[in-house]
Amino acid sequence: MSTLTEAPPPLGPAAPEEKPPRRRGRFTPYWLLLPGMLWLIVFFALPMVYQASTSVQQGSLEQGYKVTWHFATYWDALNAYWPQFLRSVCYAAAATVLCLLLGYPLAYLIAFRAGRWRNLIMILVIAPFFTSFLIRTLAWKTILADNGPVVHALNTLHVLDLTGWLGWTAGDRVLATPLAVVCGLTYNFLPFMILPLYTSLERIDGRLHEAAGDLYARPWTTFRKVTFPLSMPGVVSGTLLTFIPAAGDYVNAELLGSTDTRMIGNVIQTQFLRVLDYPTAAALSFILMAAILAMVTLYIRRSGTEDLV
Amino acid sequence: MKTTPDNSGDVRLSGISKTYGSFTAVHPLDLTVPEGSFFALLGASGCGKTTTLRMIAGLEEPTTGTVRLGDQDVTHLPPYKRPVNTVFQSYALFPHLDIFENVAFGLRRRGIKSVKKQVEEMLELVQLGEQARKKPHQLSGGQQQRVAVARALINHPRVLLLDEPLGALDLKLRRQMQLELKRIQTEVGITFVHVTHDQEEAMTMADTVAVMNGGRVEQLGAPADLYENPRTTFVANFLGTSNLIEAEVGTRSGDDIVLKAGDGKLVLPGARCTAPTTAGGKVLVGIRPEKISLTHADDAGEIPAGRNRLTGKIADASFIGVSTQYVIDSPVCAGLSVYVQNVERDGRLVPGADVVLHWSPAHTFALDAAQAIDAGTEEEVAA
Repeated sequence: MSTLTEAPPPLGPAAPEEKPPRRRGRFTPYWLLLPGMLWLIVFFALPMVYQASTSVQQGSLEQGYKVTWHFATYWDALNAYWPQFLRSVCYAAAATVLCLLLGYPLAYLIAFRAGRWRNLIMILVIAPFFTSFLIRTLAWKTILADNGPVVHALNTLHVLDLTGWLGWTAGDRVLATPLAVVCGLTYNFLPFMILPLYTSLERIDGRLHEAAGDLYARPWTTFRKVTFPLSMPGVVSGTLLTFIPAAGDYVNAELLGSTDTRMIGNVIQTQFLRVLDYPTAAALSFILMAAILAMVTLYIRRSGTEDLV
Repeated sequence: MKTTPDNSGDVRLSGISKTYGSFTAVHPLDLTVPEGSFFALLGASGCGKTTTLRMIAGLEEPTTGTVRLGDQDVTHLPPYKRPVNTVFQSYALFPHLDIFENVAFGLRRRGIKSVKKQVEEMLELVQLGEQARKKPHQLSGGQQQRVAVARALINHPRVLLLDEPLGALDLKLRRQMQLELKRIQTEVGITFVHVTHDQEEAMTMADTVAVMNGGRVEQLGAPADLYENPRTTFVANFLGTSNLIEAEVGTRSGDDIVLKAGDGKLVLPGARCTAPTTAGGKVLVGIRPEKISLTHADDAGEIPAGRNRLTGKIADASFIGVSTQYVIDSPVCAGLSVYVQNVERDGRLVPGADVVLHWSPAHTFALDAAQAIDAGTEEEVAA
């Protein structure tokens, strides 16, 4: 076919001959990457290598440490401190579940019901970040004090009998018990749960709720079958953002707990700063990291949200 | 879901209205949609058509009035208890469920265990059998639209509500889906209530069209009837195009009314005048552009007697293939539209030419002059 499909060229000055565009920006992406890469190398990769080498060293503070590829340190550390590892995972899991139970309704309220109060409530959620983590945790010490109103109320309502029987509290005290540590963790990491939950709930198209109702779903069924599945990306990132720092936290256990509630973070801190047993401390850090990585991978696989995130 | 065994499945709205604060979205309104009909609510955005639809669906609670489906008063039933399903604007398909599960959603909620056969049949009906395991975002707009229809229809609702279902599709696909929806409606025999702002869509698909304006139904009837006999300027202008010419009522001769427009006289059948016709009063004479014939002024003598005629000058002509659309300035009225079929084109009919417009008196209608002459025109609706 040789039909004429081109319109006749417009009259006027001939178009200037086109030059191939210069590949000026070829290196731009790498220049833009550079600061971030440098930052990661200096503050992440190098310390990791350093810690890894420390964990396989032997020696003492007086005679200095030498790399001897002593992998037994890992085994010994795990043997000696597995209860603290287990406790960390349990406390972090408990705090994560509590955060989810407390945070989900609040995030739901902000996303769908708050109307013009939305921004105010958001500010209230974030406001605690304006004070230091330490101060906030110390405040819980006052809240849960032995002669404070909370303990008094729980005692009057016989809640402490129940929690004592469960092993969460001891006697008439809340402070220095697992309950206090889990409360502190829950409080401190709650915003990390609420924010991602809110973000993913807020993205849900309101018409989907109407459509579910139109298709015979009662409000609760609509939540189970539509709202909750669609908020899974928020649930997954919220639980990760809560669980990961909570598992490695030592401030809450230090300030609100006792020697019976020591978490792996406390052990690592003691090994580094008091016992000065650097290889053990480094080995513990790596074990914690590996454990969290394994758990998170498993969790993301199981929740099957890869295509939703 | 409660179903009462009765034959009349009419949707009956009585005195239904909706106000938001001081804004009245829908004025008290009575409307009966006969069972099995394809009913269209037509109007510009903000005319209350969607609110009316949502009140039938149960997504809005009416401020006053009742909604009845057959014998059942559903006014205060929540949506999930109504035997009514909706095809939402932009479809609202569940993004986390595949096509099969989207369609099965309503059945599962009603506790039906074996859904496979029904869902597959429904997907066949809308020609999506192959796509059952895809997610909504993997489908094209037209396919998503069909999923939305299937998801609603599978529940065998007493009424299917369609809220601008074709609004997001391009023109060609829209035409195709109009025919397809009409086919499905004929096949399943369920009452369809269709909300649209596209007059052509409403006229193509519906048996009955209710034209809404400012929260009220202006006129209700079969598409051809609405088009030929508009009762208000809004309907005359919103459904297609009308030439409206101001004229003075003259004398009556038999069944016909003689009107004076400028120097000329126009005749129309008395039955086609909805305005009061006291001698000397004003009316608006209406004539559709395609009903007018154009003759060059030199040939004016050849026009048969008994036709209404106006003189004018061609201001503009645009060739659009099947027809040529002229804009003609007449001493009585500027900017008259005339559509002439391109059968034998008269080469003299170019801008600037003097012409005579003429048409059969039977095609003329008259409206009350006490209303805005430009109600329902594109410029007025956009404003």
